[in-house]
Amino acid sequence: MTPARKKRLALVALMIVGVAVGVGFALNSLNQSIMFFLTPSEVLAGDAPSDRLFRVGGMVVKGSVSRPGDGLTVQFDLTDNEKQVTVRYTGILPDLFREGQGIIANGRLDGSGRFVAEEVLAKHDENYMPPELAGMHKEGEPQ
Amino acid sequence: MIPEIGQFALIVALCVAITQAVVPLTGAALGVQRWVAVAVPAALAQLLFVAVAYGCLTWAFLSHDFSVLYVAKNSNSALPLIYRISGVWGSHEGSLLLWSLVLTLWSAAVALFTPGVPRVMRARVLAVMGLVSCGFLLFIIVTSNPFERLLPAAAEGSDLNPLLQDVGLAIHPPMLYLGYVGFSVAFAFSIAALISGQVDSAWARWSRPWTNVAWLFLTLGIALGSWWAYYELGWGGWWFWDPVENASFMPWLMGTALMHSLATTEKRGTFKAWTALLAIFAFALSLLGTFLVRSGVLTSVHAFASDPERGIFILGFLLLVVGGSLTLYAWRAPLLKSAAQTSVLSRDGALLLNNIFLAVVTAAILLGTLYPIAIDAMGDKISVGPPYFNLMFIGLAAPLGVLIGIGMLIRWKHDTFERLKSKLWLPALLAVILAAGLALLLPEFKLAAFVGLSMAVWILLTVISAIRERLQNRSLASALRSTPAGFYGMLLGHLGIAVFIVGITLTSLYTKEKDLRMAPGDTYSVAGYEFTFNGVRQLHVDNYVATRGSFSVHDESGNFATEMFPEKRIYLVQNNPMTEAAINAGLARDLFIALGESLDNQGAWAVRIYYKPFIRWIWLGAIIMALGGVCAASDRRYRRLARGRSPASDALEQAS
Repeated sequence: MTPARKKRLALVALMIVGVAVGVGFALNSLNQSIMFFLTPSEVLAGDAPSDRLFRVGGMVVKGSVSRPGDGLTVQFDLTDNEKQVTVRYTGILPDLFREGQGIIANGRLDGSGRFVAEEVLAKHDENYMPPELAGMHKEGEPQ
Repeated sequence: MIPEIGQFALIVALCVAITQAVVPLTGAALGVQRWVAVAVPAALAQLLFVAVAYGCLTWAFLSHDFSVLYVAKNSNSALPLIYRISGVWGSHEGSLLLWSLVLTLWSAAVALFTPGVPRVMRARVLAVMGLVSCGFLLFIIVTSNPFERLLPAAAEGSDLNPLLQDVGLAIHPPMLYLGYVGFSVAFAFSIAALISGQVDSAWARWSRPWTNVAWLFLTLGIALGSWWAYYELGWGGWWFWDPVENASFMPWLMGTALMHSLATTEKRGTFKAWTALLAIFAFALSLLGTFLVRSGVLTSVHAFASDPERGIFILGFLLLVVGGSLTLYAWRAPLLKSAAQTSVLSRDGALLLNNIFLAVVTAAILLGTLYPIAIDAMGDKISVGPPYFNLMFIGLAAPLGVLIGIGMLIRWKHDTFERLKSKLWLPALLAVILAAGLALLLPEFKLAAFVGLSMAVWILLTVISAIRERLQNRSLASALRSTPAGFYGMLLGHLGIAVFIVGITLTSLYTKEKDLRMAPGDTYSVAGYEFTFNGVRQLHVDNYVATRGSFSVHDESGNFATEMFPEKRIYLVQNNPMTEAAINAGLARDLFIALGESLDNQGAWAVRIYYKPFIRWIWLGAIIMALGGVCAASDRRYRRLARGRSPASDALEQAS
């Protein structure tokens, strides 16, 4: 091999190694930061991961929003029209958080089966339905 | 009547676009001059007709024509004038029309302002842009007609989305589109060059100013979007790694890579194939962005439209454009041999590394953005959180910060370690020392702050070194005269990055955030500022009612005092609540108050208070980068060449 070829080969090899390391690194990190989306039924069926954050989505049950204590903690039930999960969140709720509205919460379960949210998301459109929830809407949501 | 004229103008524009695409391409292939000459007038005519259509839609908004479905959905008689004008692009149909308008504007600009480019080349470029335009006009006419009538007419419109009733967001989409669509010029140049087989430094010189201008608009557009998210979405974040944000950021990264690789291709005649490919990717990612936003495949605060038919159309178009381009590329790229030999240790090498890093960052973001869609197809619902993107971006972009400094001082073609070391050791040492000093001044020493600051100081110092190098053995006057504007563009662009790095480093590390319950009279202290809540009162403005809170703010020494008025608005037509944060802005810090909700009958409210140091630097950095783009694009070199056009080059073109 000519020196120029050798140099080029070394460069190509270096690039391949670089790309491989990068891809491995990326996939590993991706794997750690994905959040699964579950419905309340799936949560109650025990599908929820215990070691990481996940998302739960559903409609806020009418009349279930309460504020235990005098701080910013709020508690409400989330339903997929089959099962309900109680969610507790300390912080400021988004503008479009309302009873009967579809929302998504990020968080994890505490020991007693209650979902402790770190973040609550409601989308900025009153007709908005999280695509994840659109499926269950069809199955006879009372409207 | 007016909406029908608009509709008709769109159809005529499509016919013109087809002519603009087919006739010049055929003419160029067969060597028929008269057909080649069609390109310029066709581009101008297309602009005229799309502008007429756009004007008609604007007229429908201005005159409250609620018999037009789109207007009825996105306007209201109480809507202020400025939002009736910006309301035109407030939703799906209109924003596509804006897309088309911007594309025809760029085409007309290419038709008028490229006198140095051989006629055949220009005709091919315009033809490719005409092809793209065909796709979009067809899309509008078939799936998203903005002029669709609503019969009987609505008595009142259902109002523009309140989030969009904001000056920042009124100008965000046009800027973004000027950027997105601007990459179609570089793309068209690349395709035209691949067709003719002529990818050389002249081609790179023609593409460069267009790429710079598109890039600067995209930079401003993204910065505006981020600024808007900060003050209007209400919760003080400036970047969420939202799929749609990613969709605009990926073309920006590719465009940045393209600018650098075009520089190499022009200066050294190398990287030709790679540059042509980057131009294709930058535009393909712009199209992908449009697809992601407009098809609604992603859960996102921006996904306004979700219509599978539209999604499939754009996806098909995207596949056609990307597939076609890449096929052409695979066929023609072997022709593009690099003329020059280079050593790895050279500016060429540094720019290659820059390109590799930018491409890898883009790939990582693309992976994170599309991964949920792929998983969704297999039945699981997931989302990829910001930690992934932060890690990828910071991990992969940090080496770029170091590289910027080296890249400015290293020589083209060939350099030596010794020379480079003698240039770089002092800035490197000073950067570390100064950054350590600055980091110690901060309220609390953090290693990440030190690293970020050393990066910024390093870029600043190498910029100074680059200027000093220019001044060596020359009088100031002669240096000023001989330095091309592109050089200042480079310095400003890199300084903008330094300012941006300071902003994101300090904001992310030293922000103080507090969610509180506050009753009238309560005082709370955040980062040395005392916030006193004075209660709320009700206001009635144009098309909304507001609950306005009042806060008195003092710093501990009593030197600074202000009143801040965050609002909770209810927009009456759609009955939508909106949080309007109060922001006291400053170069060194922002104070930010947002009202959550009323907690009881005694006037207590949920309140969020932020202290955000140096957040303005993020957008300031973007503005400086954009100024760099202005400088680089205005380089005299591009215009000088434009005047010195030789008939010989035309003849040569025709022969090929």
